[in-house]
Amino acid sequence: MITLWFSVVVLAWVLFFVLEGFDFGVGVLGPLLGRDDHERGAAVRTIGPFWDGNEVWLVAAIGVTFAAFPAWYGALLSGLYVPMVVLLLLLAVRGVALEFRGKGDGERYRRRADVALAASSLGIVLLWGALLAVFVRGLALGADGQVTGAGLARSLDPVLTGEALLGALGALLAALLLGATFLSLRTSGPLRRRARMLARWLGTGGAVALLLTGVLTSSPLALVAAVLSFAAGLLARAGREALAFATTALAVAGAVVAVFTARGAVVLHSTVDPAFSLTRASAAATPQALELITWAGVLILPGVLAYQAFSYWVFRRRVASERVPS
Amino acid sequence: MDVLDLTRLQFAVVTIYHYFFVPLSISLAASAAGLQIAWLRTRRAEYLHLTKFVGKLLIVTFAVGVVTGLVQEFQFGLGWSAFANFYGDVFGPTLAIEGMLAFFLEATFLALWYFGWDRLPRLVHTACIVIVAAGTLLSAFIILAANSFMQNPVAYALDPATGRARLTSFTELMLNKVNLAAFPHTMAGALMVGGALLLALGVWRLAADPAYRILARLGAWLTLAGGGFTALTGDHLGKVITEVQPMKMAAAEALYETTSGAPFAVFATGKPLPEFALEIPWLLSILAKGDPGATVQGIDDLQAQYAAEFGPGSYVPMIPVAFWTFRLMIGAGMLAMAVAAFYLWRTRKARQAPHWLTRWLPLIPLLPAAANTFGWIFTETARQPWIAFGISKTADGISPGLTSTEVLFSLAGFTLVYGVLAVVWLRLVRHLARQPLAASSPSPADKSDLAPVY
Repeated sequence: MITLWFSVVVLAWVLFFVLEGFDFGVGVLGPLLGRDDHERGAAVRTIGPFWDGNEVWLVAAIGVTFAAFPAWYGALLSGLYVPMVVLLLLLAVRGVALEFRGKGDGERYRRRADVALAASSLGIVLLWGALLAVFVRGLALGADGQVTGAGLARSLDPVLTGEALLGALGALLAALLLGATFLSLRTSGPLRRRARMLARWLGTGGAVALLLTGVLTSSPLALVAAVLSFAAGLLARAGREALAFATTALAVAGAVVAVFTARGAVVLHSTVDPAFSLTRASAAATPQALELITWAGVLILPGVLAYQAFSYWVFRRRVASERVPS
Repeated sequence: MDVLDLTRLQFAVVTIYHYFFVPLSISLAASAAGLQIAWLRTRRAEYLHLTKFVGKLLIVTFAVGVVTGLVQEFQFGLGWSAFANFYGDVFGPTLAIEGMLAFFLEATFLALWYFGWDRLPRLVHTACIVIVAAGTLLSAFIILAANSFMQNPVAYALDPATGRARLTSFTELMLNKVNLAAFPHTMAGALMVGGALLLALGVWRLAADPAYRILARLGAWLTLAGGGFTALTGDHLGKVITEVQPMKMAAAEALYETTSGAPFAVFATGKPLPEFALEIPWLLSILAKGDPGATVQGIDDLQAQYAAEFGPGSYVPMIPVAFWTFRLMIGAGMLAMAVAAFYLWRTRKARQAPHWLTRWLPLIPLLPAAANTFGWIFTETARQPWIAFGISKTADGISPGLTSTEVLFSLAGFTLVYGVLAVVWLRLVRHLARQPLAASSPSPADKSDLAPVY
C-alpha cells in the first residue's frame, strides 16, 4: 500500500513538472521569442486554456503528499520555509500576469504583464530546480525531525549550495526545451520557426542538464532522460514537432522519477545523521487514510485525465503568430 | 510578538485575503451560469453580453483565488507542521480529495467555457459553466468540512501507537453537523458579495448601456435573497454552535454569568464588556436555543468547567473581538440587504433610481465583504485557545523550529504581493466594466487560429 501511494505521489509530481514545465518554459520564452505585442500574445494564448488545469497538478501533488505522507509534507515545507514562500509568491505573480495580460488596456500594460510573466516563470523554474536538488541531497534534520538553525538561514541555506545551483540550471534547460518544443508544436508563423530553431540547440543543452541530474541522483534513469533530450533536439531539427515534444516530456518525467527515487526508501535524508532520515514507512499515513484516498483516486482520477485530455483536444488548433490581414 | 502570534497573524492575513475572492468566484460562476441559461431560453442579446461580461469578471477573480488558495494548501506544512502531522490523516485526504474532485473540475471547465465559445456545441458549452458552478460548491463543502472539524472534531480516534489522530469515517467527517449548518450559511454569504458586485457595476455603468439595468437588478435580488438566507441559516448555525462550542456563543454575547431568559445586547461599553448595554430581552435565549426562557451558559461557568475537564489555564477567547465582530457581521449584512431592497423598490417598473443613490451605491460590495470577514474572524478567534476544539491547542500546532525572522519575512512578502494584486485586480475590474458590453468577446484573436495539431 505504501509503495503504491509512493508511486501515486511521484506520478502526481511527474505530471505537475511535465505539464507546468512546458507552461513555465513558454512563460520564459514567449516574451523573449515574440518580437512584438501580437506575437507575444500568441505565445501566451498557446498555454492560456491549460495553465490553470496544469497548476491543479501542484495542488494534487502537494495534497496527496500531505494525505499519504504527512510527516514528509510537514518536514519539506517547514524545513524549506523561506524558499517555499518565495515560490508561492512567484506563482501568484505568474498566474495573475498570465490571466490579466489580455484583459487590460494598452500595449504598455501588456508589456508589463509580459515582463512579470517572464521574470516570475524564470524564478519559479530556477527555484524548483534548486528544491529538487535539495530533495535529493536532504536537509539538516535533527533527532526531532526538524531542520536545525536560526533566522532566515535556517531554511534558506539548503538552496544556497552547489547542488542546488546545478539543479536550478538543469531545470531551466529542461523547461526551456519543453517550452520551445511546445511553442513550435502549438503555433504557426515566425514564432514556430524561432521556437523550432531554439529547440534544436536546447536538445543538447537539455541532455547536459539531465546528465547533471544523473550526477546528483546517480540514477541510470537520468542517462536515459539525457539521451531522450538529445533525441528531442534531433527530432526538432527534422521537423517532427509532436514527437520532439513527447520525447522531451518523457525525458523530464524520467528525471523527476530519478529525483524521487534517488534515495531508495528514504524520502528525506538527514545530513546530520542518517538515522534521523524520514523513510516511506515512517512518513506514511495510517492504512485507513491510504485506503480512503485509494478509493477516491480510483473513482476520480480517470475522470480528471479524461476531461483534461478533452480540453487539449478542444484547443488542438495551432495559434497563429503571423499577422492575418483583416 | 512571538513566533506563535506572528504565524497566527499571517494565517489570518492570507486567509482573509483569499476569502475576498472565493465567495466572489462562487457567486459569479452561479450568475454566469444563470445568465447563459437565460440567454439560451430567451435568445435575448443582452443576456449573452452580460454572460460574457460576468465571465470576464469571474476569470480574473478566479485567477487570484487560485494563486492565493495554493498558499492556503501549503500553509499547513509551512507554519503548522505539528498540526499537519497530528491531523494529517484527517486533513490530508480532505485537501487531496478537494483538489482531485472539485478543483480540477473548476479549473479545467472554466478554461473550456471561457475559451470555448466558438469551439463547443452550445449545450456542451453551457454545461461547462454549470459544472464550474457546481465545482465551486463542492470545493466549498469539502473545505468547510475541514474547518468544521476544527470547530467540532468528529470521525476521529487518537491512535495510541502513533499518538496521532486517525480518521474513522470520511462520510461522518463530511456530514459534521457544524458543516451542514455552516455550508449553507457561508454560501448564502457568498451569494451576497457577488450580488453586491453586480449591483454596484450595474448601477455604475447604467448610463452607458440599458442592459446594465438587468445586471443591477439581478445583483440586488441576489444580495437580498442571499441576505435573507444568510440570516435564516445563521440562526440555525448559532444554535448548533451553542451546542458544540458554548464558550464561543457566550463570548459573542460577553455573557459572564449563566442566565435564564438571557437578553441580546445590541450595543455595550465597558472593559471587559459589558458595563452599559442596550439590550433586547429574551432574544439571546431565543437565538441560542429557540426558547425565550432557556438557560444560556456564561463564560465564568464554562471556564470553571473546562479547567476541571482539561486542566488549568484560560479557555476564554478575546471577548471584545468576539462581541464586536459578531455584531459587525450582522450589522453589515443587514445594511447591505436594506440598500438592495431600497434600490429594488425605487427602480420598480422601469423607474429611475435617485442620483444620490446611484452615486454611492457602487460602494455596496464592501458591506457583505466586511460581513463575511467579520464572520470568519469571529469563528476563528472565538475558537481559541483551541486549534481543534477540545483536543489540541493552537500553540501546539505550530511548526517546531520555525523562527520569527522567517515568519516576518513571509508576512512582509505576502502583504506586499497581495497588496499589489488587489490594486491590479480592482483596476482591471474597473477597466473591464468600462468596455462596451456588446464588444465583450473573450478572445477575439483566437479566431485566427489555424490547423489542428494534435
